[in-house]
Amino acid sequence: MSGIPPLLQADDLTLRFGGNIALDKVSFEVAERELFAIIGPNGAGKTSTFNCISGVYRPQTGSIRLRGEELLGMRPDTVAAKGVARTFQNIELFDNLTVLENLLLGRHQHMGGSWWQAMAWLPSARRAELGARRDVENIIEFLDLTAVRQMPVGILPYGIKKRIELGRALAMDPVLLLLDEPVAGMNAEETEDMARFILDVRDQLRIAMIMVEHDMRLVMDLADRVMVIDFGQRIALGTPAQVQRDPAVIAAYLGGATDDVKGQFDHSEASS
Amino acid sequence: MTTATEPDASPGTADAVAREAQGLERLTGYSRSLRSSEGGGTVPGAARRGRPRLVTAYAKDQALLNTPAKRWWTIAALVVALLAPFYLTRDLTLLLSMAMVFAISGIGLNLLTGYAGQISLGHPFFMALGAYTAAVLGGSPGSTTWGFELDLAIALPIAALVPAVVGLLVAPLAVRVRGLYLAVLTLGLLMLGEQIFKQWSQLTGGSGVGRGVALPVLFGRDLSVRYALGPWIIDEDISLYLICLALLVALGVMARNIARSRTGRAFAAVRDRDIAAEIMGVNLLRTKTLAFVLSSAYAGLAGALMSLLVGRIVPEQWNIFLSIQLLAVVVIGGVATITGTIIGAAFVVLLPRILEELAPYLPFIGGATGGGIITIFQLETILFGALIILFLTLEPRGLFGLWYRVRTYFKAWPFSY
Repeated sequence: MSGIPPLLQADDLTLRFGGNIALDKVSFEVAERELFAIIGPNGAGKTSTFNCISGVYRPQTGSIRLRGEELLGMRPDTVAAKGVARTFQNIELFDNLTVLENLLLGRHQHMGGSWWQAMAWLPSARRAELGARRDVENIIEFLDLTAVRQMPVGILPYGIKKRIELGRALAMDPVLLLLDEPVAGMNAEETEDMARFILDVRDQLRIAMIMVEHDMRLVMDLADRVMVIDFGQRIALGTPAQVQRDPAVIAAYLGGATDDVKGQFDHSEASS
Repeated sequence: MTTATEPDASPGTADAVAREAQGLERLTGYSRSLRSSEGGGTVPGAARRGRPRLVTAYAKDQALLNTPAKRWWTIAALVVALLAPFYLTRDLTLLLSMAMVFAISGIGLNLLTGYAGQISLGHPFFMALGAYTAAVLGGSPGSTTWGFELDLAIALPIAALVPAVVGLLVAPLAVRVRGLYLAVLTLGLLMLGEQIFKQWSQLTGGSGVGRGVALPVLFGRDLSVRYALGPWIIDEDISLYLICLALLVALGVMARNIARSRTGRAFAAVRDRDIAAEIMGVNLLRTKTLAFVLSSAYAGLAGALMSLLVGRIVPEQWNIFLSIQLLAVVVIGGVATITGTIIGAAFVVLLPRILEELAPYLPFIGGATGGGIITIFQLETILFGALIILFLTLEPRGLFGLWYRVRTYFKAWPFSY
């Protein structure tokens, strides 16, 4: 990756809540088109890292630059306008709106037309709505949501909701996609579907992604590089193979490797 | 129950080519292949017949009246509304006009509370601002009160504009708080306004005295004169009724347009999950402020119309009871529906009259002379309270929600779903 400037560069992120240190001098960079995974035990600071990037939290020190531009200090909607999209660990869809409307919200910042044009339903407003609809229909097909597009999101099953969240983030046409536990709570089949969608996003849409995930098999299979954090500190960073063998990771993250866990790692290595 | 949305039927238009060049359709090749296929998404008329939900273009799917049933009902309702005043007594015409004013005000409140999720008890304050703006601009000067005798064509738009500007000034305070705190803040605004209106007698005529309202002159025509239009006689009540109707239709359509656009979705997103909305790129401050300003403009116009209908306005009438009535319009009619708001307004305004008509047949209601268990006014108050509680707990989508259920049931009939 030398020579090519990174897409995202995070330096010395430190985030404190009172005396509690959520992130302690965490640095990493994500290259264009890379699938970068962040793993770590519960409370290690994975989601906090996401919240720092998307502007929900303000870290006390450090910097986050997207293609050289500083993101820290921006409001979440400004960060979104710079091309950062995300999904959430606990689904944050708009339950009362239909699938279509949720996805259209992803197009919000790309749509032209102001409120007064919409009020009079001028041709410009109509064109904006139709254009957004076409873009969104593409995503509906891509994620196989055709059958549910007019349904309110609140009544849909969990696995579909996760997919809609991915769709809503994709509708934002991002340069960087943050996936917060995309397969948490899913069964094997749903996990496999989601893995395929993630690979499609990387290979067809060429969007760089940062993924937080607890499903080790998925992380080791999919990720280009993995960062391990524990108690807010980065303890390892490298390819999945490197990270798996790192003694610090095995000790800190896995709490001492048991045969059971080793077996899981060996399996994933064999299949990749 | 066929639901199918074909890609739109315009293959190879310049628009589509330009979009492809921009790489906006790079996701799959699938929808493109469908679009350029033989017949490009057109469906023979025979297949469309009897399938109102078979939509063949996105534009048709997104239309305001997207089913034939909706189109016919709307036309029928409009015709009835246009003809009604010519066959009704004067007091009923006035009552219906008042219902339409409540509907306009309710739509404004629904944009703010129902769509954008910002509770407001201060709505009557903005109605008062509109009413007094219209009265000062359009009314004749009294011994102490101002009046410029301008045309309604000038007074009414400014009566919407002034509350909107005041709303814009108040919004920065209001958008910082939410829920209960916002309710208290707007209540404070209402009380502050009431005091100002009571003291500022050049504007309002002062506490307990009140002032006259704008002269009914629209585009140079004096509406208090009778006009003959073919077989129909249009007097002042009917003129005002028709103005209210025209404004209700226009403002209702505008509100629906807002609701189905980017802005309306932003309102709903802010209401449901504000942090997620922000991460989707919705500017919270701007969205909430816009909701506040729009709602104030609707309230102002409704206030001006209300003053025209009642003929004399006192500072005391813009009080907390009016805001509860307006909340009842929104809750009983249906939160976040425009049609529902109109139904709710009709319900809230007409219910007292219906009770009045029923009173002689209900032995437990006492008349003006006493007797019975409760008076008609008490019954009315109790009914409103009970209805708000019942709707909030049992059918939060109001009368519109009830209608929706009936419709869904018969759509699937004879199957249970």
